This record gives sequence, C-alpha cells and structure tokens, in this order.
Amino acid sequence: MLTHRGPDETGFHSENGVGLAHTRLSIIDLGGGQQPMCNEDSTLWITFNGEIFNYLELRKELLSKGHRFATRSDTEVILHLYEEEGVDCVRHLNGQWAFSLWDNQRRRLFLSRDRLGVRPLFYTLAKNTFIFGSEIKAIFANPGVSREIDLKGLDEVFTYWCTIPPTTLFRNIQELSPGHSMTVDASGIAVRQYWDCQFEGTSGVVDLSQEQARCDELLELLIDATKIRLRSDVPVGAYLSGGLDSTVTTALVKKFTNAPLRTFSVTFDDAEFDESFYQSDVVRFLDTEHEEIRCSKNQIGEVFPDVIWHCEKPVLRTAPAPLYLLSRLVRNSGYKVVVTGEGADEVLGGYDIFKETKIRRFWESQPDSRMRPILLRRLYPYLQNIQNQPDAYRKAFFHINVGCQQQPFFSHIPRWQLTAKLKTFFSDATRAETAGDDGFSDIRAQLPQRYSSWDSFGQAQYLETKYLLPDYILSSQGDRVAMAHSVEGRFPFLDHRVVEFASRLPASLKMKVLNEKYLLKRCAAGLIPPSVAKRHKQPYRAPEACSFLQPAAREYMQELLSPEQIRRDGVFDGSAVAMLLEKFRKGAAIGIKDNMGLVGVVSTQLLLHQFINHFEGRMTSHAA
Amino acid sequence: MPLNDELRRFVTDNFMFGKVGNGFADDDSFLERGIIDSTGVMELVAFLEEKYGIRLHDQDLIPDNLDSINGLARFVESRLQPN
Repeated sequence: MLTHRGPDETGFHSENGVGLAHTRLSIIDLGGGQQPMCNEDSTLWITFNGEIFNYLELRKELLSKGHRFATRSDTEVILHLYEEEGVDCVRHLNGQWAFSLWDNQRRRLFLSRDRLGVRPLFYTLAKNTFIFGSEIKAIFANPGVSREIDLKGLDEVFTYWCTIPPTTLFRNIQELSPGHSMTVDASGIAVRQYWDCQFEGTSGVVDLSQEQARCDELLELLIDATKIRLRSDVPVGAYLSGGLDSTVTTALVKKFTNAPLRTFSVTFDDAEFDESFYQSDVVRFLDTEHEEIRCSKNQIGEVFPDVIWHCEKPVLRTAPAPLYLLSRLVRNSGYKVVVTGEGADEVLGGYDIFKETKIRRFWESQPDSRMRPILLRRLYPYLQNIQNQPDAYRKAFFHINVGCQQQPFFSHIPRWQLTAKLKTFFSDATRAETAGDDGFSDIRAQLPQRYSSWDSFGQAQYLETKYLLPDYILSSQGDRVAMAHSVEGRFPFLDHRVVEFASRLPASLKMKVLNEKYLLKRCAAGLIPPSVAKRHKQPYRAPEACSFLQPAAREYMQELLSPEQIRRDGVFDGSAVAMLLEKFRKGAAIGIKDNMGLVGVVSTQLLLHQFINHFEGRMTSHAA
Repeated sequence: MPLNDELRRFVTDNFMFGKVGNGFADDDSFLERGIIDSTGVMELVAFLEEKYGIRLHDQDLIPDNLDSINGLARFVESRLQPN
C-alpha cells in the first residue's frame, strides 16, 4: 500500500505480538540503512520515515559516549539517542520524522512526529490492536479496521480548510499532532507534546544596527539550515515557483552545491496563474539546469482522483494537482529529493492574511474612514471581486466592527466564516450531525496558555503555522503529492532554529508597514534577481473548479455527482449540488465560494468512492 | 413572473442553492442574514445587467439598492421606467 513512499526496499520485523513494516526510499547510506533496524543487542527496533539532518553531529557525540554504530545511517542515530535519552531523544533531533520504536525491555512502543508536521503519522485502536502507518490507506489494509467517514473531520475541512489533529476524515483514525510523541504499552496510550511554536514576538523600536544584526543572524541560520538539508547520498534538486521563498532556497542551495543544480517548476496555460516570466529570470540569474511542466485545466481534472487518493482528505482548492504533476516530473528526471521554500510565509510573515489583519485593525480604529479601506483593495490586486466591491460590502466581509480586535481568532474569522458557508451543500443529516459548534471550540481547546497575551500578528502566525501548514500546505500540497511519486521535500525555513528565531522577532521586522517578509528580503538582497525581490506577492494558485468541466473529468463527474450517487452517499444535498453544477455550466459561477464549494464536493465524493465504497478495488489498482 | 418573485428565485437558486431554511422576508438584509456576501455582489450586478438590460455604475453599488429583495425591486423598477 505504501510502495510509492518507498519503492527501493521493503522490510519486516515481528516478535511477541509486535510487528513493524517499512518501505524504503533510500537517500542516506544506500547500502546499510535497511529497516526495520535494531540496536546492538536487538532490544530496540525502529521503523522511520524522514531525515535527521543533524545526524552527523549527534553521531559524533554518541560515539564519544561509547556508542558503537553498525551503519552510517541517520536511523541508527535515533536508536542510540533513545538508549541515552529515552523519549526525550526527540528534543535533540533537527529534522523531519515519523517513527515508531519498539522497546522490548520496557515492552513499549514509542512513536514520534517532527515539530512542524512534515512527515505524517496516523493510528487507530481496532479490537484491542494498535495499528499505525504513514498513511491511512495502510491502516485500512487491515481487514479488522472499519472504514467510515467522520463528519467532524469534514466539518473542520469546510471551516478551516484542513482537519484539526487528532481528528481525520475517518472515524476512529487519529493523526498524531506535530510536535507530539506517544507511548503505547500495557497501561494504554499516552500522548504528550514535546514542542510548540510560540509567537511571543518582542515589542519596542528596533534601531538600524539591531536590524542589521538580526538580518545577519537570519542569514547565518538559513545557510546552515540549507547546508544540512543537502546531506544526502543522492542528488538534491530544488522547486522554483518564481516567488521570493523558493528563489532564496534555490540561491542558497546553489551556493553550496558543486554539481550542476537542477530546478523544477510548474507553468500554466492560463496567464492568470502562470509565473514562468519570474522562473526564467531566476534560472538565468542562478544558472541552473531547469525543467518545467506545463499544466492545463484538463490535466488537473485528469489527475484529481489520484491526488485525493494520496491526500486522504477533501480539499477546497485544486492546487495540490499541479504539484502532483511536478513531483512526477522530478521522479522521471531521476531525482528523489527537492529543497523547497515552504514555511517562509508562515514564520517570516508573508501571507496576505497577516497584512489583512493589520489593515483591519487600522480600519477598525476609524470605521468611518473612506481612505483606510482603500488599503484592502491594494492588498488583493489579483482578486477581481475584492477590487470591485462597494465599501459597505467590504466592511461586512472583513468584519469591521469596533471591539472585534479582542477576539482570539480576529485574523481568521473572515476566512473561516466564508468557508463555513460552503456547508450549505451539506445534506440535512450531515448538518444535523455537525451542528452545535460555531465557536471554533476544537482550536480554542488547544491554544497555548500564553496565546491571549500575544499580539494579533503573532496569533495569526500561530494559527497558520500550527494548523494550515501541517494539515494542508505540508500534507495535501506537500508530502502526500510528492511522495505519490517517491519524492521527498526538504524545507530550510522549517528548521526549528529558524522558526524559533522568527517567533522571537518583533512583528515590525516581519512586516514593515505593509512590506511582507521584510527581514527576509533584506537578507536575500544580492542573492536573488531584482525582479523577484521587487515583485508583488502572488500566492500560488491554479485553475480551480473549471478543471472538472474538462473532458478528462467527465466520466467521474457524471458518476460521482449524479443526484442518485449523492443521495446514496448522503453527505451532500443533491439538489443544491445540481444547482451549483448548473451555475458552472452556464458560466455564471464566478465567486470564490462557488469554486471552493465544487472542489470540496468533488474531492469529498472522490474520497467516499475510493476509501469507503470501492476501497478493495482501489487498493488492487494502486498495488498494480 | 412578478419582479419580486423573479429576484427571489435568482437569490435562492444562486446564493442559497435552493436551501431557504426558515425563509427570508422581502425587506430582510442579505448581508445581515448572511445570504449574499461581498463576493456575491458582482454576480448580482451581472444578473441585473443581463436580465434587465440595465447598466449599474459605481454610485449604484450601495446596500440601499442591492441588499434586499424590495431594495432590488425598487432599483430595477426605477431604472426600467422611461424618463
């Protein structure tokens, strides 16, 4: 089931009622890193997906303490570190991991997931048997596990764009949260958090010499974060979107790679989404060997069912599909590791939602101002609807009411409330089961103690980094679509040292007035082409629901969105979906909500089809 | 079909996808009831222009004209009357 995550080798270990399985994507110590792997006396066994980037430094320390290594792999470092530190070993790791370690002496299974949630880890308890896997489909391969949709998970996607761990789209299947570890033994399951992002920030004026010092510090951290992410026994490539972040990571990789650097990009037929002008500029500037894939609406429609098979949850945008096509290009070019720019927007303050929050605060302090709302129009030059809105509507949309600023979710309420309107497509039964909580209680219950004392910029950063980053960006647009073609992403901006450094910065260094990622831009000056340094931020977007009206999608759209099928599945309201489809066919669907609605409905129906109604068939075709 | 009914039909089909719940009155505010948000205004404008052959200018895009069935009906009628 998970061959796509590791096509190079498979391994199994079982003893006394415990079994570990592994599919390997060989990257470090190609000859010696087979898994599951054990320590010298076979009392510890590990199965591990990911990379420990500081393994060389940790290995040296462990050697000096008398540990003896049988391989050159990073996997073995975890085993010896566990011998030394027990479950606290994860605090020393710099990397991206999901692992399970069987401690035979304690009769205890120890599982852990990296701080930011780069690598996935799911588990369930079925008939008193604990089962875990990197993907849910591996858990479902066990015939003792039932497959049912968890409408709470669906409700979360139709509010936050993602599920909130431990909830998943499937009943009784849990996701281990980023920054958490767990133990499983005769006394039961215990989950504990070992790390969380803390966007405390600092206030006060930063003078120019301090600003330069922070800039130097950030650059030094990014250089080291990139350098250790090039540790690999196979060549490392880089994704290039044409934006600031991937240009910075590509520039840093280029600086530390002697071999010719290969870069990979997506381009679009549709000029609205295409960034090839900037990509070409970067390729010329950094002199990389470049490959690109041109993506059409029809291709998005064609691969979308496979994308959902890999994502294992509904999505509200088609954006994962082009990235699925991109990872295929990478793999076909002989590469299996790419460095990308993910994480910079969250930790260094790049997203429009941070700017929007700042402008809304500014507007709210004088709600009747005619000049202040103009800033919101400037914020979204690529969204026609926002451009043409009358002020009264813009005010309502952005929730400009005196007093709102005190709300803990001030930054995200417009987005969440807009998204929640998509629940209009839920059937009465779905609505009845998911009704009763409009107060975002699932997130509220998980907020760190000091959250309310942070400024609204830090709070917005926390919500993006803690939820949308792992459960949408790094999964549906990251790990799942990259690993679909056995490609591993590496993210210098998500080195925990960079995240912790950024979380201590004052908001004014992340966004100076309305200049996003200010410190990063200062840092990158000279490393990247001026055209990229100066360009207006354009979020990565792809052709949306129109992709489902293309010939390649016709067959599954007819089958899965027919009124009969919608009624049988029972999740959505057949006539509401029919009206939405009709609106698209007439060309009258122009709004964000209609697009998100159709992508959400189609992806949910595909999920039901592949995981609930026809799992065995899908499993067989996937294995073939 | 009377104008109010025609407008109501468009609003329920296009923004509520037929799901009217407890219904809404002709004077109810679309914004307050969460029926049409700012992203829907352009759709509404496109419909009025196409269906009634009228042209809306920036100064027409105010809640008095666009935020209820009665408001819409008054606005459309005023535009359809010969000067």
